[in-house]
Amino acid sequence: MKPASFAYHAPKSVDEAVSLLDELAPQDGRILAGGQSLVATMAFRMARPSHLIDINGIEELAKLSADHGVVRIGACVRHCAFDSDALTGATGALLRKVVRNIAHLPIRTRGTFCGSVANADPASEWCCVMAALDGVAVLRSPRGTRRVPAAELYQGVMATSMAEDELLIAAELPMLADDTRTGFIEFSRRQGDFAIAMALVTYRLEGTVIVEPRVAIGGAETYPRRISESETVLQGRAPCEATFVAAAEAAAVAIDPMEDINNTARYRRNLVRDLTQKALELAA
Amino acid sequence: MTDRREITLKINGTEYTINVEARRTLVDAIREECGQTGTHIGCEHGVCGACTVLVNGNPVRSCLMFAVQAEGQSIRTVEGLQQGEQLHPLQESFMKHHALQCGFCTPGFLMLAVGVLEKNPDLTDEELSDLLSSNLCRCTGYENIMKAVRAGADGMK
Repeated sequence: MKPASFAYHAPKSVDEAVSLLDELAPQDGRILAGGQSLVATMAFRMARPSHLIDINGIEELAKLSADHGVVRIGACVRHCAFDSDALTGATGALLRKVVRNIAHLPIRTRGTFCGSVANADPASEWCCVMAALDGVAVLRSPRGTRRVPAAELYQGVMATSMAEDELLIAAELPMLADDTRTGFIEFSRRQGDFAIAMALVTYRLEGTVIVEPRVAIGGAETYPRRISESETVLQGRAPCEATFVAAAEAAAVAIDPMEDINNTARYRRNLVRDLTQKALELAA
Repeated sequence: MTDRREITLKINGTEYTINVEARRTLVDAIREECGQTGTHIGCEHGVCGACTVLVNGNPVRSCLMFAVQAEGQSIRTVEGLQQGEQLHPLQESFMKHHALQCGFCTPGFLMLAVGVLEKNPDLTDEELSDLLSSNLCRCTGYENIMKAVRAGADGMK
């Protein structure tokens, strides 16, 4: 189908975009970034925004930078920006692994990191990254700038704590220490489909034992989050099979899996167990 | 409420000044307003890849972009591949390797492959398989498309 009519706005600055959103959000005005989810839902007429505020022409939002230990991802930085050597270190290496799992190349050339974060699909890889690394969403509104950590951003399936007049201008991720080991794996029935579950792990070794473990699960629950039960198992233990099996079991037990017509809760729980163990093995 | 505007699209080097609604997708504008019907419309929601064109050299789904967003950008479609009487090496390769039956998906596959091979002609088999999984073909079973793209890549070097 064809999208329903809307009025199109193409602001040239963040201030202009924020002021337009403030004015138009109450009339169902929406931000258009990469459009790879929004335009598809408009084609289905599941979304019929009366106004679209296209932020693609705002130059400062296209910036991707890394300094002072923080990767800052502007609202219009596309997925494909991470499939390059632009970002160094452990965080860059992790993002390069993850990005190849996102849909397909022609989607990655348009879709944006921040668009995925704001859309809050449970199966979004970037939402899982934000949860795993305790990323921060930088929100701008006429009231000023608010910084919301990932743990306080996600509330449910495609539901966030962003107000309707807040523009996500950037996402920030910490630069992981260079010796951080990272592993990511997801499962979907066909290449490029939405994942039924995914696991992202990072940790460092101090001597022979695991320190600073992070385990995040996406796709299985209504929103991605760190699983502290699994991290507790890993902390201070040697990275061996017995440790990984125990941590994977802890993750499988801790989650509250979604169910749908193809996937029972039990299936997702089993999948999370397998994926967590595999992610830990990939990181080792 | 209708938001119409005059825009200029640059397709294969030719400029088309057209008047479209904001809701007009890029693929509809390319076909209907600009008359370039080589680009096909399959699913209209970004899944099948039949409408793949190059925007500033990158393969995109032209059903997931609005025409107004493409103003000032360089658009390439399947009509731009042939040079005079000479088919593009990838078009030759698709013929030679029987990489199409009904041909509906072919323009999308060609633009997808051209966009990627122009930047990186040395894809591994795994990368190629991953890339081609983004477009749907219901006739060939993909094997001949793989063969054609692999052979065409050599022809493009």
